[in-house]
Amino acid sequence: MFRFIVTRIGLLIPTFFGVTIAAFSFIRLLPGDPILLLAGERGIDDERHAQLMAQFGFDLPIWQQYLNYLGDIIQGDLGRSIVTKQPVLEEFLALFPATLELSICAMFFAVALGLPAGVIAGVTRGSKFDHTVMAVSLTGYSMPIFWWALLLIVVFSGELGWTPVSGRISYLYFFEPVTGFMLIDSLLSGEKGAFASAISHLILPSIALGTIPLAVIARQTRSAMLEVLGEDYVRTARAKGLPPSRVVGLHALRNALIPVITVIGLSVGVLLAGAILTETIFSWPGIGKWMVDSIFRRDYQSVQGGLLLIAVIVMTVNLIVDVLYGLINPRIRHTR
Amino acid sequence: MASVAESKSPQESRSVSAQQLREFWHYFSENKGAVAGLVVVVFLIFLAAAADVVAPHSPIQQYRDHLLQPPFWVEGGSLAFPLGTDAVGRDLLSRLIYGSRYSLYVGCVVISISMTLGISIGLVAGFFRGFLETIIMRLMDIILAFPSLLLALVLVALLGPGLTNAMIAVAVVVLPHFVRLTRAQVLAESNRDYVTSARVAGASRLRLMFVTILPNCMAPLIVQASLTFSTAILDAAALSFLGLGAQPPTPEWGAMLAEAREFILRAWWVVTWPGLAILITVLSINLMGDGLRDALDPKLKRS
Amino acid sequence: MSLLEIRNLSVEFTTAYGQFRAVDAVDLDVDQGDVVAIVGESGSGKSVAMLALMGLLPWTAKVQADRLSFDGKDLTSLEPKQRRRIIGKDMAMIFQEPMTSLNPCFTVGFQITEAMKVHLGGTRAERRRRAVELLDQVGIPEPETRLSAFPHQMSGGMNQRVMIAMSIACNPRLLIADEPTTALDVTIQAQILELLLSLQRDRGMALVLITHDMGVVAETAQRVMVQYAGQQVERRDVVGLFSTPAHPYTAALLDALPERSRGKRLPSIPGVVPGQLDRPDGCLFNPRCRFATDLCRSRPPGRGSPEQGAALCHYPLQGGEPSGYPPDLLDQLRRQAAEEARSA
Repeated sequence: MFRFIVTRIGLLIPTFFGVTIAAFSFIRLLPGDPILLLAGERGIDDERHAQLMAQFGFDLPIWQQYLNYLGDIIQGDLGRSIVTKQPVLEEFLALFPATLELSICAMFFAVALGLPAGVIAGVTRGSKFDHTVMAVSLTGYSMPIFWWALLLIVVFSGELGWTPVSGRISYLYFFEPVTGFMLIDSLLSGEKGAFASAISHLILPSIALGTIPLAVIARQTRSAMLEVLGEDYVRTARAKGLPPSRVVGLHALRNALIPVITVIGLSVGVLLAGAILTETIFSWPGIGKWMVDSIFRRDYQSVQGGLLLIAVIVMTVNLIVDVLYGLINPRIRHTR
Repeated sequence: MASVAESKSPQESRSVSAQQLREFWHYFSENKGAVAGLVVVVFLIFLAAAADVVAPHSPIQQYRDHLLQPPFWVEGGSLAFPLGTDAVGRDLLSRLIYGSRYSLYVGCVVISISMTLGISIGLVAGFFRGFLETIIMRLMDIILAFPSLLLALVLVALLGPGLTNAMIAVAVVVLPHFVRLTRAQVLAESNRDYVTSARVAGASRLRLMFVTILPNCMAPLIVQASLTFSTAILDAAALSFLGLGAQPPTPEWGAMLAEAREFILRAWWVVTWPGLAILITVLSINLMGDGLRDALDPKLKRS
Repeated sequence: MSLLEIRNLSVEFTTAYGQFRAVDAVDLDVDQGDVVAIVGESGSGKSVAMLALMGLLPWTAKVQADRLSFDGKDLTSLEPKQRRRIIGKDMAMIFQEPMTSLNPCFTVGFQITEAMKVHLGGTRAERRRRAVELLDQVGIPEPETRLSAFPHQMSGGMNQRVMIAMSIACNPRLLIADEPTTALDVTIQAQILELLLSLQRDRGMALVLITHDMGVVAETAQRVMVQYAGQQVERRDVVGLFSTPAHPYTAALLDALPERSRGKRLPSIPGVVPGQLDRPDGCLFNPRCRFATDLCRSRPPGRGSPEQGAALCHYPLQGGEPSGYPPDLLDQLRRQAAEEARSA
């Protein structure tokens, strides 16, 4: 198992360097020279320009610039935001819990609904329920989530008035962030109603963000279930006289989960892409909205840092999924 | 629908035998959802082609007396603007009809770019193994390490906003899928006997690549193309929605949604229609893709 | 009263092309301590009949029987829950493919103790001890360490031993073995058969052995059912069957045995078992039968007397020749046989 993990990490190293090159190239590929870009619209005089070129090392040969960049990254220095002058890493880390909280809730929504729906649809293949699940999941899969989010707001916030439109918590509450997770912080604050407010702010964004993973998980679970239910070992389990709940819930599901786990892991990239839209629409102060804002503010230092960090997150999650896949699937665990 | 297949077959029988086409249609038409999807797509193509004739108004004509007028069945609506008007008094139905042009256009352009490039690169990777292959596949891994929309967003930031650049960005983002699929197919097919015999017969490398192997890899690629078509429409619409794709007053559906955002709590119709149009388009293409998969590639068939 | 009693069992599947009868009017009686073999080619519905008995067919299958009783209990009228108390406990089954019949995600120990847990209860330690005992009985070395092994870590023969241990875990009174040796190496096949038979003897179990191998039948069974295209074409004791087969199909199967071959070439039965779309009129075996007449091609045969193996044939064989056969055709047959003998 240890060797398996080490091999996987080894495979990631070239990709990681590729990602750093991509992030490094980003600023240099932009039209115009980097200092002018960093200076923004105010412009800059020639003397200061030359001074800054030297200070940031832009006058060095390109390979040296890249090595310097790599050195900075390894020390955790991703540069400073042009707009706020704060270190990019700090800004990112401050906003990341919001995105993580939203993603976890969205994934919880997707798995909690998609997994049982897929299992039942697979077991009752051809039934009305099955057809409904398939139709709904294909619709969910085809959904433009920016529209879906707006629609949810129109119905639940506008018409019904059940949920707030934007933000993470009502303005009525204010407390210092401890963990960065609003659900936990609101409980820790001890303020009455804060937790309920945090939850009501989370519901719509979670649904919007979780819809596509939900559709994918339901479809994948169903087809994995169908495949597994036809396997010989399921017949063996039934031949033991086990109740159907145990045959399906243990013998079949355990095997069907193997591909489903992979799909859930791969959905993390989808979630982060979706977070860009969902956070923008719900004014959710996470890294998705921050990236969009940074692009519009021409805060390219932040965009560069965010790009790198997000890619690293996706790669890490994929690694974890690979390892999990090995853990849950004994055939892999023992052969490597 | 049978008439459609028959009217197609005489033209295509030059390249594909009528028998194959009939078989394809047999499997495709078994899937009712796929046929429904095809009908909608054909209808959309018709709308896009005949927008000038079908649309009741110009998509950019502003009727100042009819701002935010609701659809005709709601009080205050009129049949002159069947689906209502937007904040500057443009007819929503006409804008939607013209918008179908952009969606189909985006899908076609993205598919053409990414498929041509992806298949060529994938063929190269599959044929000239070794170092070149490693480089290509690592490059694709790098593209895949970024969430698709984020990468598209950053690419547009590099290239500058606009529909053309958005299409290029989306094409780059979906490229790895074609490269990986083509390479995998080439690797699988290369060991088949018919390829060996062609090689023994002295077929040139180019001939092996494009004439011998490629046609046998097409089925999964076509299925992938249909999936990519819908992804492209969705991503391009998302970019337009964020203000980085098609720019106002273009009646592109994503851009229409962006303009409508501030009115969501006042005029539901300005928000509802463009999104519904995107959903229906993407859904019917996906339905069609399912049917294509069943018909072209029984191996991929997921019961 | 027999332990297992099956009367007129039929199984139908609904397919895209209509109804398909996979098992047709099958009878079977098995007593405590019996070893019964069901023989036939692939597609003759041997497994389907037994799967129907176990209640393991998919819901698309329509199972009908005049009587389907085990130990005096009518299986057709039992609630699924009550039926599951018998399945896997008193009546167990092992399958053809040991590699795919064991769940890849669970250890051998888990899978063996599972049936015990459901049917017998007891503590974890007791079940574990019994599992070790069982593995030892089926001839697996180092049973304690094997308990925590996964199926993919063992060979096909070992896995089949695990399957056997699993099936006898709750001391079943009837064991159905569905081609238990087909997927194994020839050298292992004999070992597994010997194991099954010794377990059967020691425990006084009834054993139903499904096979397509007449050689296996000769070594193991007391009684034989020959099944063809879903029908039992002959049923009798093993000695009578091998000495004087009554149905032409049985005779042809026996002729195909290398041990009984007289000529230079091993005879085979031309053609395959009819499927759903090519079912012939009259006797189902007529397209492949060397004795088939117009009568065989037009009318389904009735059942013969018990001495004739209850053969489902218009002209059951007697001394290698069809009885009640039209005289002119019989002469022709004899001339042919004489010629063949001379040329050989």
